[in-house]
Amino acid sequence: MTTTVKTKKLSLVQAVTDGLRTMLAEHEDVVLLGQDIGKNGGVFRATEGLFEQFGEDRVIDTPLAESGMIGTSIGLAMNGFRPVVEMQFFGFIYPGFNQLVTHATRIRARTLGRYHVPMVIRAPYGAGVRAPEIHSDSMEALFTHVPGLKVVVPSNPYDAKGLLIAAIEDPDPVLFLEPMKVYRAGRAEVPETKYTVEIGKAEKLSEGEDVTVLAWGAMVPTMKKAAKNAEKALGISCDVIDVRTLYPLDKETISESVQKTGRVVIVHEAHETGGVSGEIASLINDTSFLYLRSPIARVTGFDTPVPVFSLENDYLPNEQKIERAIEKVVRF
Amino acid sequence: MKDESFFPIQQIVNGEGKLVEKSFEGSLTDELVKVMYEKMLRARLFDRKGVNLQRQGRIGTYVPFEGQEAAQIGSASALEEGDWMFPTYRDHGATMTYGQSLSRIFLYWKGRYEGGVPPEGKHIFPPAVPIASQLLHATGAAWAEKKKGSDRAAIVYFGDGATSEGDFHEGMNFASVFDVPVVFFNQNNGFAISVPMSRQMKSKTIAQKALAYDMESVRVDGNDVFAVYFETKKALERARQGNGPTLIEAVTWRYGAHTTSDDPSKYRDNDKENEVRREKADPLLRVERYMKANGIADDGWFNNLEKALAEEIEKAVSDMESYPNVDVNDLFDHVFEHPTWTIEQQKQTYLAAKGGKDE
Ligand SMILES: Cc1ncc(C[n+]2csc(CCOP(=O)(O)OP(=O)(O)O)c2C)c(N)n1
Repeated sequence: MTTTVKTKKLSLVQAVTDGLRTMLAEHEDVVLLGQDIGKNGGVFRATEGLFEQFGEDRVIDTPLAESGMIGTSIGLAMNGFRPVVEMQFFGFIYPGFNQLVTHATRIRARTLGRYHVPMVIRAPYGAGVRAPEIHSDSMEALFTHVPGLKVVVPSNPYDAKGLLIAAIEDPDPVLFLEPMKVYRAGRAEVPETKYTVEIGKAEKLSEGEDVTVLAWGAMVPTMKKAAKNAEKALGISCDVIDVRTLYPLDKETISESVQKTGRVVIVHEAHETGGVSGEIASLINDTSFLYLRSPIARVTGFDTPVPVFSLENDYLPNEQKIERAIEKVVRF
Repeated sequence: MKDESFFPIQQIVNGEGKLVEKSFEGSLTDELVKVMYEKMLRARLFDRKGVNLQRQGRIGTYVPFEGQEAAQIGSASALEEGDWMFPTYRDHGATMTYGQSLSRIFLYWKGRYEGGVPPEGKHIFPPAVPIASQLLHATGAAWAEKKKGSDRAAIVYFGDGATSEGDFHEGMNFASVFDVPVVFFNQNNGFAISVPMSRQMKSKTIAQKALAYDMESVRVDGNDVFAVYFETKKALERARQGNGPTLIEAVTWRYGAHTTSDDPSKYRDNDKENEVRREKADPLLRVERYMKANGIADDGWFNNLEKALAEEIEKAVSDMESYPNVDVNDLFDHVFEHPTWTIEQQKQTYLAAKGGKDE
């Protein structure tokens, strides 16, 4: 017996919309809150059409106040709703940081489970789109450090819909980071119906023998190209992994790969010091130290503010930087 | 510029125990008067016990509220079953009035998570520590009630200092934009730790801050339990009927320190000021005077009540002290619905090193 799943070709941002629509239709208690998400459909059109379809009580334009959006969502969430809050840009989450860190993520612990906060914060993030200052931050590491919060980063349309639905169904708060650079980078077949991609699972994108290369978000396509180049130009074969969930990390997939290849390159566009790459390196140290054949390499942004766009190509990891790192760990 | 006369202080019974708002004569039944007094005395005796327990090292830092009983008890008494309460770290008088058990409040100050858990079916949130943050939770919870089409409302407590925080303004703004059934209950006790009201804000009243949000507001004598009770009831009623939020400024005074680790003599002449306030404005004394002048209760009634309450509080202390030992699983098991592998691994490693489950 074969079942055919009906699919449609969607970009990442359209897949987000599709995920939101699926959940709004399925669950009365799902509500969207954000700035300009109503008639305007969001500055990236992620909520386009939803206001018309579900009305202003479900797709709610809020005042321009991040703490207000996250704080009232906490009240909504622990009183029976599933709010999905859109940050206009991740770089503007800081005014809401207090609510997230001191309340959303702790209420379950503080009440020994009496109350919990099933909310999702969606945030477009990352550099490479020539945006103005502050719009391009990738401060994911600040949030992986917060107990009680899951941090998820899709890199393609299929994962975006499946992970978003999983995040909305999750009984705990989830930060959902949407890489702006690949919002419209291409389309892929996405099932029309509801499905989930499990939070906490990385995805192996291609099999190789010599080195494990890891990335997430907009760095995934760059990593893939670099790995292909390394194969063609240097004859190095790469195990390529899209990490997808930054907390909790997928220990099994990562360690299994490293124990096969013995070499690691971790790529992220966020600043190097304190970045999630350090956490992944530590995980590898715990599980796979004796398998390592060379020091773990990181290819990351610098410990500088994400710059204005005249400098962002200097700031961002690119294929050449990644390829060099791959070569270096293999030739060590 | 507005002066205080723009928001006159509402009062029903004054410091001498005289009924000054005659229209409430019929509303002040003997039953109501006695219940309010009883709840206030309960809170006061509890509070003194809390300070003593801290001094004796039997609980950790404690946050006292003596002097604010009328504000807390009057407002909490106006709530109905199913409403929501969002207290700060100082509002034990309010939470016990709305059903939190005394031993759990002591447990909170003993550093136990159990102290943040309300009795089954009671919507009492754990005390908010980051100033003003809870205004948004109350707004959200009340907004949820509105969306569900219920007639439940929420009340949220905060001090004068809290009105300087962004979350105060964001909470008021969201509540008014979305017409949310919430009552913002401010206890203006004149100080935020050492900083007096005059340094906290240039506005003469807190009530006037509601004007910016086109919100109902009222200034009450926060030491007059009846004024607080009836004004809060009115605000809750307005909320239930879908007529939006209210800001209540209850002007009051806290006799003691900010917390048991604070020394108020550094920033105010505590003894002198307190002496005057105790004689002229004390929330309990005025009701006692009213009751005696109107023949509602005699000395015997007061003595019996005090004895019964002291016993109840002793019982709460012994319940608190005989509460089962802390369970180390509670450290790990309530971060997420299902622990992540990192938490599970950390738990197992810790328990193994500790030589088994709990000590
Ligand atoms: C965001 C934040 N900043 C600082 C503190 C430290 N703090 C605790 S209580 C307090 C004063 C609060 O004064 P007020 O709001 O008037 O309430 P009161 O304690 O007088 O009842 C301060 C500064 C805190 N808890 N939260």
